[in-house]
Amino acid sequence: MNIELVTFFIFSTLLIFTCFKVITSSNPVLSAINLVFSFFLSAVLWLLLGAEFLSIILILVYVGAVMVLFLFVVMMLDINIAKKTAAYIKYLPLGIAVFIAFNILIIYFFINTFENIDYNAVKNIEIISDSNTQNLGYLLFTKYIIEFEIAGLILLLGIISAIVLTYRKNPKNKYQNPTKQISASKKDRLKIITDLKE
Amino acid sequence: MIPISYYLILSTIIFTISIAGIFLNRKNILVLLMSLELMFLSVNFNLITLGNYLGDLTGQVFVFFVLTVVAAESAIGLALLIVLFRSKKSIDVDDLSELKG
Repeated sequence: MNIELVTFFIFSTLLIFTCFKVITSSNPVLSAINLVFSFFLSAVLWLLLGAEFLSIILILVYVGAVMVLFLFVVMMLDINIAKKTAAYIKYLPLGIAVFIAFNILIIYFFINTFENIDYNAVKNIEIISDSNTQNLGYLLFTKYIIEFEIAGLILLLGIISAIVLTYRKNPKNKYQNPTKQISASKKDRLKIITDLKE
Repeated sequence: MIPISYYLILSTIIFTISIAGIFLNRKNILVLLMSLELMFLSVNFNLITLGNYLGDLTGQVFVFFVLTVVAAESAIGLALLIVLFRSKKSIDVDDLSELKG
């Protein structure tokens, strides 16, 4: 048994365990922290697959940004913890049945399909250097530049919509109303008094 | 070299765990969103695995875009969740059945 296979088995079993903990723990904070663990473990597995840039991005973006957002929301919302309600018990057999059925179907498919695959069928890799990051950056900025910019637009859309949705106007705030300012005429502001002498 | 089917089976197991999570945690929208994140993770696993074994970097480029879309999606979803909590004082799915006569 080589070291690569041992690493794969250790980290994949841990990954499956943490994924189970995510969906079964009653406290949402524990779910979020287990999700963080599962992201770390899958980052290690992505390193094994040679995707160094994406594994670092997974930790930086997911654990650093998205999961912190999740934890913030969990702390902001005042949810009653540990309420395993009747619905959980009610849907437990259905959940287990779906889990087993999907697993049997898809694993059967995967085992049979990829037995005699020719791994060198498609060699489309555009090698600039040995660095995965450099190759990925080359592809992103040449072949996929339009998609890259669309991704930026999507992020901008996410920022704007999140702010618009959660923004609460403070009634104590003092601010200008440009419409009122522009539509004000001379008569509203200026009073000419002609007969001052009398 | 690790056989490709190991990675694909792993991603399948993660995907089915997240489907089961959506079934089990139907009350709590927050855990539903977390299950959705796990689902995206398994899809990314598939893309990276197949890209690696076919010697094609396009899979990794696609994972990059999926990551950006998921980041935007979770930001908007959590914002919606906060708005929901402000108006309803709960994030229970059962409390959302307002259109039911």
